[in-house]
Amino acid sequence: MIYMEEEPTNTTALHDWHVSHGAKMAPFAGYDMPINYTTGAIEEHLITRRSVGLFDIDHMGQFEITGPGADEFVARMVTAKVSDLVPPMARYSLLLDEKGGIIDDLFVYRLPASWWIVVNASNRATDLAWFKAHAPSNVEVTDRSDDTYMIAVQGPRAIELLDKVANNPVSTIQRFCWGNIVIDGIPVLFGRTGYTGEDGGELFFPAEQALQLWEFLLRQGEWLGIETRPIGLAARDSLRFEAGMPLHGHEISIDINPIEAGFKWACDFEKEFVGKEALLDIIEKGISRKLVGIEVFSGVPREGYEVVSPEGSVIGRCVAGMFCPTIKKYAANAFIEPSFAKAGTNVSVIIRGQLRDAVVVKRPLYVPAYRR
Amino acid sequence: MAIDKNARYLESHEYAKPSGEYMVFGISDHAQAELGDVVFVELPSVGKTVTKGAIFGTIESVKAASDLYAPISGTVVEVNEAVKNDPSLVNKDCYGTGWLVKVAPSNPSEFQSLLDPAAYGKTIGEE
Repeated sequence: MIYMEEEPTNTTALHDWHVSHGAKMAPFAGYDMPINYTTGAIEEHLITRRSVGLFDIDHMGQFEITGPGADEFVARMVTAKVSDLVPPMARYSLLLDEKGGIIDDLFVYRLPASWWIVVNASNRATDLAWFKAHAPSNVEVTDRSDDTYMIAVQGPRAIELLDKVANNPVSTIQRFCWGNIVIDGIPVLFGRTGYTGEDGGELFFPAEQALQLWEFLLRQGEWLGIETRPIGLAARDSLRFEAGMPLHGHEISIDINPIEAGFKWACDFEKEFVGKEALLDIIEKGISRKLVGIEVFSGVPREGYEVVSPEGSVIGRCVAGMFCPTIKKYAANAFIEPSFAKAGTNVSVIIRGQLRDAVVVKRPLYVPAYRR
Repeated sequence: MAIDKNARYLESHEYAKPSGEYMVFGISDHAQAELGDVVFVELPSVGKTVTKGAIFGTIESVKAASDLYAPISGTVVEVNEAVKNDPSLVNKDCYGTGWLVKVAPSNPSEFQSLLDPAAYGKTIGEE
């Protein structure tokens, strides 16, 4: 993961907690965020795969869209089908520009009287401006990021933990749906979603109660004998990478379209949406590069490394790469020429000046819980 | 951060430590903490020569890749296969089970030219 190099201007309400608990901090998307705690990035990854990880993700943005024209507006702005969404449903979607470039990926929640949109930290300002610029007079777009806190609770025992501490069981809430719960007196909107490939959820609640809820969940985990640990952004990145989820700026970006990145499934061609005409044109003309997974047998592939064909010509470039702690393999995501994209194709990756044997592999490397 | 009193150091954080007639190479506790979780090491095979100050291998952490510099010159007599299979040994026990290679020194006096524990401690801000 590449951390932003500019000085962070923001901190989350848990910043001091992270520092006092030994977290290694670094700037990410303008926030000074915990990269890993003293536990270490790999162990944090494994804890999330075996029990429960807590993630401070308050840098994520939330918008609320209201007004008589909101349904039509949201449907036109995002790629996914939303006309069938009724409370308490939510859905993954993309936000495109007219050329089909991916401005961001986001989650769309159908609330009783509004739409709740969860966006990436690094794109919050861009997304907000984009929504506002396209909103007709009968639609209001409100940035709710500052008064909303967001914590992710992820792992195979996350639902068990939350069931025991919430006023209502969250296990009755279906995947990709939401529900209102109360934890330690705090009203929480719980979405059964996440970015790790594990079951669990994302908690939205009033920002001033961040420390109370964070410490309560850690304490309850200990009392209940459910291993529950804070997890930094390094493990968040390796968890999402193994599970095949994209990170904006890497597998998806304004210069990448959904067809290349393998997100045609997230686009509903039965409706009109911004970028649809461009995508139809791209599909007709064909793509010149495709996102693939690549396993490297010796050495760590990283962003920017070149991928080479057996004949020795450069056929693409890695957009992310790392050691994958669960599957214990070195792997990359890369955009390469489509003729090499079939799983099992032998390629090489240039790692620090040396050609390393590699093979195109099926994505995801780790099948997410919701697909098992 | 722990500094092994029996070892001597390069400013780039590699150490050499006498082991009988040989020298064991590794990286310091300070270095492993700075790198974070180590996920890959590439080391020269037995019989290869290493040269003081020249690159003898690579160490990669979750965060980044780094070159390894030889503290002294010599010939590799043993490679730590355990650390190749489980690079986290570098984090767990950098002066013990997380050693990297064992070298027969070609010029044993080079050891004296390395930073002693006190001098190395100063370079990393520890007295």
